[in-house]
Amino acid sequence: MSLTAEELERYSRHIMLPEMGAEGQEKLKNSKVLLVGTGGLGAPLGLYLAAAGVGTIGLVDFDTVSVSNLQRQVIHGTKDIGRRKLDSAADTLLDINPNINIVKHELALTSENALAIVGAYDVVADGTDNFPTRYLVNDACVLTGKPNAYGSIFRFEGQASVFATEEGPCYRCLYPEPPPPGLVPSCAEGGVLGILPGVIGLIQATEVVKILLGIGQTLAGRLLLYDAMNMKFRELKLRKNPDCPVCGTNRTVTKLIDYHQFCGMPKEISALEVKAKLARKDDFVLIDVREPHEHQARNIPEATLIPLGQLPQRMLEIDRSKLVIVHCKSGMRSAKACTLLRESGYPNVLNMTGGIDAYPAS
Amino acid sequence: MATILIPTPLRQYAGGQSSVDATGSSVSEVLASLTSQHPALKNHLYNDEGRLRSFVNIYVNDEDIRYLDKEKTAVAAADTLSIVPSIAGGAA
Ligand SMILES: [Zn+2]
Repeated sequence: MSLTAEELERYSRHIMLPEMGAEGQEKLKNSKVLLVGTGGLGAPLGLYLAAAGVGTIGLVDFDTVSVSNLQRQVIHGTKDIGRRKLDSAADTLLDINPNINIVKHELALTSENALAIVGAYDVVADGTDNFPTRYLVNDACVLTGKPNAYGSIFRFEGQASVFATEEGPCYRCLYPEPPPPGLVPSCAEGGVLGILPGVIGLIQATEVVKILLGIGQTLAGRLLLYDAMNMKFRELKLRKNPDCPVCGTNRTVTKLIDYHQFCGMPKEISALEVKAKLARKDDFVLIDVREPHEHQARNIPEATLIPLGQLPQRMLEIDRSKLVIVHCKSGMRSAKACTLLRESGYPNVLNMTGGIDAYPAS
Repeated sequence: MATILIPTPLRQYAGGQSSVDATGSSVSEVLASLTSQHPALKNHLYNDEGRLRSFVNIYVNDEDIRYLDKEKTAVAAADTLSIVPSIAGGAA
């Protein structure tokens, strides 16, 4: 598709760049970029890629806008609190540039859907906030041959690179394995300077545009470290690891795996442990997915009743930021509920093994 | 004395400092000097078998020691060591 008269005017400052020209702008118009997450990193990425005229922007998110997002997720506004992030982000991007096409993927990337979604785009920009999704995005990009503009942030510090290009290293070349859960705090626990994702997200956006246009030197093979506190940029060399399990010479990962398991995240908890957690007044949510008559006969008083059949409609009642433990009578229905919750983007879900039948009477 | 740059997530185990000077002529010696000054770091750099954790990369200047001489990599007084752990933050 060639550029309209409005687009020639809109992108005139691009078109006058000899490295870009109308030809480069047309390339952007015919390009498809997938943004995984429309949060801290996804916000600046989306805003500038839309303004720059990337023709198709796919957004993956399943969250809703909350007031604590607004300190850094500048794609959403105060009026958007409570709205789906996908809708809020799409409205903002189409207001900036109505010429582009926004594809909304309201889901969490999983081993089942990631290859099909990633495969439909030219470049991926990873702006997620957890290790299982980081490794999933990496492996999906390597397996489908899509470059990944990577960015990651913590407090006052950020990292950026480009992974999974034909010649360059991937995220697993850099970090073959994730840290065990609990050893590295997340932004939700550790906090983050709101401006930091703006800086890192725009480095990712710059790399996306360069990859699409085939110009300049990308960060492939380099890890850029940014320290906002001391205002320092440093650069480290990255090498393609010949022993990398996903992009090395003798690869062992040839399809997507179970990334929760890979990241050492347990999927189950015993009824006794749940009882102990309740006694300690630990911070978590307990959900009972049985039917009302079963609940009436015997229940754990702290549990919230949401029968399995109602879970898809009532999921928003469950706080995504907390550990969610699910139980039923014997552990079968709750296992289904756990899968449903994980696929809907609940990062921290455990099945109570044995159900209420295994729960000690008090 | 080589300089070791401490990343944000580990500064709380290094008295809040962003860089620490340490003695030694190899990576393992310099890291031993670091962990003797800040014992709380040890558990975050090494696993129970005493091997460097796989999500913590060590660089001498801008080179990953995995592609040099690993922990035996020579360190000169003017060198800078970087500890670069994986961080996942982005959306939340
Ligand atoms: Zn690799």
